[in-house]
Order: sequence, then C-alpha cells, then structure tokens
Amino acid sequence: MIDMAPYITVAIIIGIGLYICMFKSNLIKIVMGISLIESGVNLFLITLGYRHGAYAPIFTMFNGGIMTLPTPQALTLTSIVIGVATTALLLAFVIKIYRHYGSIDAKDARRLKG
Amino acid sequence: MSFMDQLPILIIAVPLLGAFLTPILGMMSKKLPRYTSTLFLAVSALLVALMAFEVYGGDGTPIIYTLGSSDPTPFRIVLEIDAFSVFMAIIMAGVSLAVSIYSWSFTDKYTGQDKFYTLILLVVVGSYGMTLTGDLFNLFVFFEISSIALSGLVAFRMNRGESFEAAFKYMMYSTLSGLFLLFAIALLYSQYGVLNIALLAQGITADGFTPLNKVVLALLIGDFAMKAGAVPLHMPSPYAYSESPGGISTLFMAASQAGLYGLFRASFTLFGGAISSMGYAAVGWIVIILGVLSMFIGVTMALVQKDVKRLMAYHCISQTGYILLGVGVGIAVLGDATAMDRYGKAAIEGGLFHTINNALYKGLLFLTAGAMFYATGTRNLNEMRGLGHNMKITTMFFLIGAIAISGIPPSNGFSSKLLIYESVFQFNPALSAIAMFVSVLTLASFVKVFYSAFLGPKMKDKEIKEVPSSMIFGMAILVAAILAFSLFPGLVLDTLIKPAVEALLRAWPIPGGV
Repeated sequence: MIDMAPYITVAIIIGIGLYICMFKSNLIKIVMGISLIESGVNLFLITLGYRHGAYAPIFTMFNGGIMTLPTPQALTLTSIVIGVATTALLLAFVIKIYRHYGSIDAKDARRLKG
Repeated sequence: MSFMDQLPILIIAVPLLGAFLTPILGMMSKKLPRYTSTLFLAVSALLVALMAFEVYGGDGTPIIYTLGSSDPTPFRIVLEIDAFSVFMAIIMAGVSLAVSIYSWSFTDKYTGQDKFYTLILLVVVGSYGMTLTGDLFNLFVFFEISSIALSGLVAFRMNRGESFEAAFKYMMYSTLSGLFLLFAIALLYSQYGVLNIALLAQGITADGFTPLNKVVLALLIGDFAMKAGAVPLHMPSPYAYSESPGGISTLFMAASQAGLYGLFRASFTLFGGAISSMGYAAVGWIVIILGVLSMFIGVTMALVQKDVKRLMAYHCISQTGYILLGVGVGIAVLGDATAMDRYGKAAIEGGLFHTINNALYKGLLFLTAGAMFYATGTRNLNEMRGLGHNMKITTMFFLIGAIAISGIPPSNGFSSKLLIYESVFQFNPALSAIAMFVSVLTLASFVKVFYSAFLGPKMKDKEIKEVPSSMIFGMAILVAAILAFSLFPGLVLDTLIKPAVEALLRAWPIPGGV
C-alpha cells in the first residue's frame, strides 16, 4: 500500500489541478491549477526512478547497494525549468489582461467573440 | 567528421544561434535584425534542402545522428531523420522564409522588432526540432519551445488587451497539452525504460495494446490534435490566428503542422506495429472522426464570420480536417495489406500532399489578409470594399489562393483533394461525400470574401494603396510554389510525397542496432 502512495498523490494533485482549470474563472487560479498539474507530472517522473533505500546517483558517494535512476531526475529538472518559463509567461499575460480589462475574471475578459 | 555528417544538428543550431544573436544586433540598429534573421532562416532552409537531397537520394533508411558521439546507442540524444521528417522541415523552411521577408514592411510601424524576429526564429527551432528528433523527451522540449514562442508572438501587439486574451488562451491550452504529453512519455518510460522512439516502438509492438498503451496513445493523439488545431480542441486557434500580427498567422499554421507530424509519427512509427499486428481499425476511425468534425465544423463556423482573419482561421481548421481524414484512412487499413495497396497508400499520399498544399495556399491567404489589414486598418469585412481598384497584385494573389483552397482544377488543392476523394470513396463513400460538400462550402465562403472586400466602389474615407514591395515579395514566394505545384502535381507526388509515405510506413531502425 505504501508503495502506491506516491501514485495516489500524483492522481489527486493532477485531479485537483484539472478541476481548477475547468471550473474556476479567476485567471490566477487557472495558472495555479496548471502549476499543480505540472507538479503532479514531475512527482510522477521522480517516482518512476526511485527505489526504496537506494543511493542518489552520484558516483563518489556510492559504496555498494543500488542507485536510483538518474534519467527521470534529469527529465524532471528540464521539465521544472520549462514550467518556470510557462508559469512566468502566463502570469505576465494575467497582469497585462488586468491592465487592459480591469479584471482577472475570465468572464469579464472576453472581448473576442464570433 | 565531415560537414554533411553534422547537417541534422546544424539545422536546429543555426536558427537557435540566430535567435540569441538577434537581440544583440537589435541594439546596434533598428533595421538590422530583420535582415540578419532572414539570413539565418535562409541558411537553415539551405541546410534543410541539403538534408533533403541526402535523405531522398538514399535507400530509404533514416539518417541517425548522435549528439556528442560518433557511436550511436539509443540511450544518447539521438536525431533520426527519414523522408517524412525532412518533408515537414521543408514546409517550415519555405513558409518561415516567406513570412520573415513579408514582415520586413509589416512590422515597420512597431517597436521591439528584434524581439519579434527572435521569437520567429525560436518557433522555427521548435518545429525543426520536433520533426528531426528521434527521442520522445526532446519532442516534448521542442513542443514547449514552439508553444511558448508562439504565444509570445500572439501577444506581440501590446497596446491591445485582446492580444493578451488570445495569448493566454493559447498558452493555457498548449501548456496543458504539453504536460499531458510529458505524462504520456512518463507512462511509456515507466514500462520500457527508454525514450528512443525506435526502441519504444519495438517494445510496444511486442506488448501489443495493453490498457496502459491505450491510455498513452489516447493522450498522444489528444495532445498533438490540440497543437494541430483539430476540432474538439480547436478553441484557442481562432483567437490566436486572428490576433497574431500579419504574417505570424502563417507561421502559426506551419508550426501547428508540427502537431500533425507528432500525431502521424505516434500512430505510424510508434504504434504502427501494434496497430497492424492486431488489425486495430479503431485508432484510424478516431483520427477520421476528428478529421470529419474539423472539416465540417470549421467550414460552417467560417461561413458566419465577419472578421477576415478569424474566417481564415476556421478554414485552416477545416483544411486540417482533410489531412486527418486522408491519413486516418491510412491508419485504419494498416492491418490490411490488400486494402493498403488498393487505396490506403493513396489516402496517406493525399493527406501529406494536402499538408504541403495547405501550408502554401492557406499561408498565402493569411498573408493577403494581413495585407488587407495593413491597407485598411480593419479586419471587419463589412467595413472594407473595393480593394481591387488599387491593390491589384494582392487581389490577384488572393484569387490564386482562393482557387487553390476551394480545389478548383487545375490548382494544387484540386490534385490533393482528388486523391483524398478517390481513395476515401473506396473506404467509405459517405466520408468522401462530406469532404466534397465541405469543399463547396469553402468556395462559397471565399466568394463572399472576394465579393465584399475586393469588388464594389472604392472606400471613400480612406486612400487605399498597394502594400510595400517586401510584403508582395513574401506572398510571391508562396504564389510561385503554388503555381509550380499546380503545373507539376505528378512530379511533386513522385519525388516528394511518395518517399515520405514509404518512410512513414516503415519501422525505424534502432540506433546502433542493439
């Protein structure tokens, strides 16, 4: 059961994030929802490479036993960096939308129609 | 290693170098970035052309390039390039060159041109990277590069709140689909422990359609369909297309075709073995249904639009539907060798031929819409009329584009649509009938645009002038390509399309032959 705990956490985090993206109209909350999904996916990647009681994949610290898989950690780092960029850009858009529309509610920010 | 061996990475590295040099050059002079970035795009287009000669001249086995080593193994960063990859890169190379030349005059009034060209170069990097990579994680990284740069371009006109609204919508959808793409990649990694497409394909073919693999395929198709702008996930595309400045709509369309590349790569190279060994037609039908929905909903939404760029955006969705329909039939008959030979290959050929034709004429139409906006200052069709009096060249270019998109013989749109009609008719006549009906509606819609914008008396309140020569030249590149494709469809089909289809149907060799 305890082995499954990270996967259940991943499912819960992604589920909450999706719920926020779909049902909240505050733009900052939507960005938070996206950020939550991103954390869920990152946690999933990290969990894939983790083995219980294993060493960090640094060769100088290694003295027998098993090491965790370094590839998912490298992937996660890349994904975090991309996530910072997307979150920053989305928040910058929210600031600009607030300046132009005077509101950060998705219901007010809809001049584009048709 | 010789220069030719380094070609694959140079195609990605040259525009990337250009992207980061452009802001520095922009400090020296306001006009310098536009020329240098076009130069970088031209050099990378030349490299793509050299690559194309090498790939198309070879025996059909993909070229494998390993980063930082001459010893290929699937665990290194690998680029794997076959005729289909190069085919999509050629589309991007041609369209990006036309767009950057077109933008010389279009962005004259705007500040921040160096950032504009930086973002154009980054979009091009993203598309080249997506098409040339042999590694699923790199595909995700380039997917994000292209999405982030594109939403920056959509928000380029910072004086308008609408640009940010559109950019936020596009960014939100593309980030979500990017994250689910990463989730799908993680699911594959958890099962097979590799990220190399060829090695993953081998594992998936051995396992068949396990429930987990079904989830992965569904996620991949959904993500790439969003990037391509197919119907259930088309919501941000009309906003983004209509708000992006001038030629960027064209670049946007070419970049979203990298989404189609991902979809086809996932369903043929990655899952093709599993689909054909199990005779699994459902995947093909899903793609076909996406295609039919896009075709029909796209064109019916286009009929009621007043904003010329929004109208064209819906047509773009509709044309994507044709591509999905053609290739979807090919995916549906993957497991059936006789049907594949009888009409399946022709359907995929039609789909791919339509991909390049769509990039040309839809790209041209977006550029003419930009020219109409440049001349009149409005995108509303009800406010513009009589442009044909003074904008003779643009009118002619618009007509060529409209004839091609409606599939009137002898245009290039006619040849690819005919291929799709004929082959899809043998698969299911009803689908072919829908496709023809959509084509009629497309013609009706463009007759409306032509009538209301170009015909009639001159506009009284505004002096209309022909657009500057760099915009004409940018459009002329695409017109020349359309005319060439219309005159020699057979030649294009034999030299460019058929090798790409063969490459798509063949399994990728594993780097290093492990």
